[in-house]
Amino acid sequence: MSVAAYRPAGYLAIVAIGIVAPFLFPAYQSQMAELWLFIVFALTWDLVGGQMGYNSFGNVVFLGVGMYACVVAQVGLFYPVSAYNAARGGGATVFTFDMTQYLEGLAIGLPVGALLATLTALALGSIVLGMRGHYFAICTLGLGIAAGEIANGWEWIGAGSGMVPPNAPDAVGDLSRFYYYFALALAVVTFLVLRWLYMTRFGLAINAIRDNEDKAEAMGLKTTQIKVTAWMISAFFLGIAGGLLGNLKRFIDPIDTAFAGPTYGVWMVLMAILGGKGTLWGPVIGAVVFQVLKEASWTYLLGWQRVVLGLVIVVIVVFFPQGIMGFVRERFPDWFGHRVEGGTIAGPARKETLR
Amino acid sequence: MTAMLEVKNVSKSFGAVRANESISLEVHEGRIVGLIGPNGSGKTTLFSSIVGAHPVDEGSIRFQGREISRLRVADIARLGLIRTFQQTRIYGGMTCVENMLISASQRGSSLLDLFHIRSAARGRQAEDLLAFVGLHAKRHLRADSLSFGQQKLLEFAMALMNEPKMLMLDEPTAGINPILIDGLIDRLKQANAVFGVTLFVIEHNMRVIMSLAEHIYCLAHGELLAEGPPEEIRNDRRVIDAYLGAH
Ligand SMILES: Nc1ncnc2c1ncn2[C@@H]1O[C@H](COP(=O)(O)OP(=O)(O)OP(=O)(O)O)[C@@H](O)[C@H]1O
Ligand SMILES: [Mg+2]
Repeated sequence: MSVAAYRPAGYLAIVAIGIVAPFLFPAYQSQMAELWLFIVFALTWDLVGGQMGYNSFGNVVFLGVGMYACVVAQVGLFYPVSAYNAARGGGATVFTFDMTQYLEGLAIGLPVGALLATLTALALGSIVLGMRGHYFAICTLGLGIAAGEIANGWEWIGAGSGMVPPNAPDAVGDLSRFYYYFALALAVVTFLVLRWLYMTRFGLAINAIRDNEDKAEAMGLKTTQIKVTAWMISAFFLGIAGGLLGNLKRFIDPIDTAFAGPTYGVWMVLMAILGGKGTLWGPVIGAVVFQVLKEASWTYLLGWQRVVLGLVIVVIVVFFPQGIMGFVRERFPDWFGHRVEGGTIAGPARKETLR
Repeated sequence: MTAMLEVKNVSKSFGAVRANESISLEVHEGRIVGLIGPNGSGKTTLFSSIVGAHPVDEGSIRFQGREISRLRVADIARLGLIRTFQQTRIYGGMTCVENMLISASQRGSSLLDLFHIRSAARGRQAEDLLAFVGLHAKRHLRADSLSFGQQKLLEFAMALMNEPKMLMLDEPTAGINPILIDGLIDRLKQANAVFGVTLFVIEHNMRVIMSLAEHIYCLAHGELLAEGPPEEIRNDRRVIDAYLGAH
């Protein structure tokens, strides 16, 4: 029996659960909203790190750029940004946003964040994607730290004291559920876009780069162009996720929220590896498992949570380097279409596979 | 008539090692031309120079009349000049079919053309070519699960999928089961006669190159030692000495 037959029903079920979840478990709404964004983190990381084989520790740059750009636009459309930031902590002026202003700010801020993140990927990618292997990884690590330092020293965007996104108008009350659904929608769209992408020749091209970049080039693929494009696609969705996360957290710290290498930056990698690098579902599964582990350790192991999380990371990397999906693929290769002989193939090669 | 590939006075050194010294040779369209020489005589280096994998120190390389010695690897490949590797290179994490699909010609295609769902016609072409090299039954296996010889055959099929004008093969029969070698020679001849691909082949197996090539160049110590039709090369004193005296 083909898995494909159940697929549409499976997708609908997941989305349905996502829609009713905040009503069923209102106490966990913020963790679940974070989970949807984590899925975006892991999916976008895996596009470049898993499918293309370029392990980046600097994807937080795009998250942070998207976050700041969105919030700065939300504010800057209506007030001078520096006055807004200076007024925090009880200045003379009170900055309020009415309903239209708030929505307008968001409607412009999120795309601006996505765009700036994408352009950042274009600029940085053209430079660092020429490097390979460990050199690339280390270089991206540096980029993340540098970006945090820049934000930390830049007065206009609040420097080290961070930035607070606009308050929602009093009339609408708490917007956290609104952002929950926004995060859910972003995760679904990101998933579907990447799923489509992996069925195109572009998907094969980045796999080819992962497996043997010199060969790919020798066969006429313009690898640099392809690599930069992949990073830009990754940055686009991360940029939107950044805008949402900033508004969800209600406070942006340059180092702990925006360019948070040791947390978000590492978690992105971890979630993808945990679930299975280079697979479509791996990052999704990895994000879910990770978020559950993280929240459970925060709740039950107060004080020791980071130690336990660290140990879990070590165990995963040592014993399950292939991740959950990789493990499943080794056990049941034919689920993934790796088989001798068998059915006829027509159309896109991966149509009948799980990836 | 000008040659399809024209190499003129090409030199290439790696530090103190003069891998190629003022090499000149020609490959005419539609032909099968051989390149032989003892180990380390500079054959692979010459191939790499031609496809732009490293810059040459001096000399000129023309493909279909166009100077290509300053072009990038991908751009040369897109002109229809494709090489295979002595140390076989395939995409190990992908299935054979996927290896084939992404090997389809990039000539004249832009980045945007990559954003198409793979076409059924391409899929059939990939299957036909896999059948052509005898890998049809393995088409849905990951390429890294193939044996070395099978990977060599896959790489050959991938090169054909690219529909090159000229195909440069670096020791296509190395590692292939001797029983299958005659079949492979047949395939190479068919690729030339039926698909119209000009072949330029490095080969250590004398029997293979003698039955395959119409014209043979022989390198020794980075220099062109001799050239001519197979019978002549086979009996050339210098060639025999080079091979016997090599080690
Ligand atoms: N990248 C490189 N760096 C340094 N030296 C190199 C490099 N590539 C080749 N050489 C040297 O150049 C010489 C020619 O090597 P090449 O690989 O072209 O020989 P070949 O004729 O292909 O030999 P074989 O039949 O063993 O494949 C050798 O002495 C080799 O050590
Ligand atoms: Mg060689």
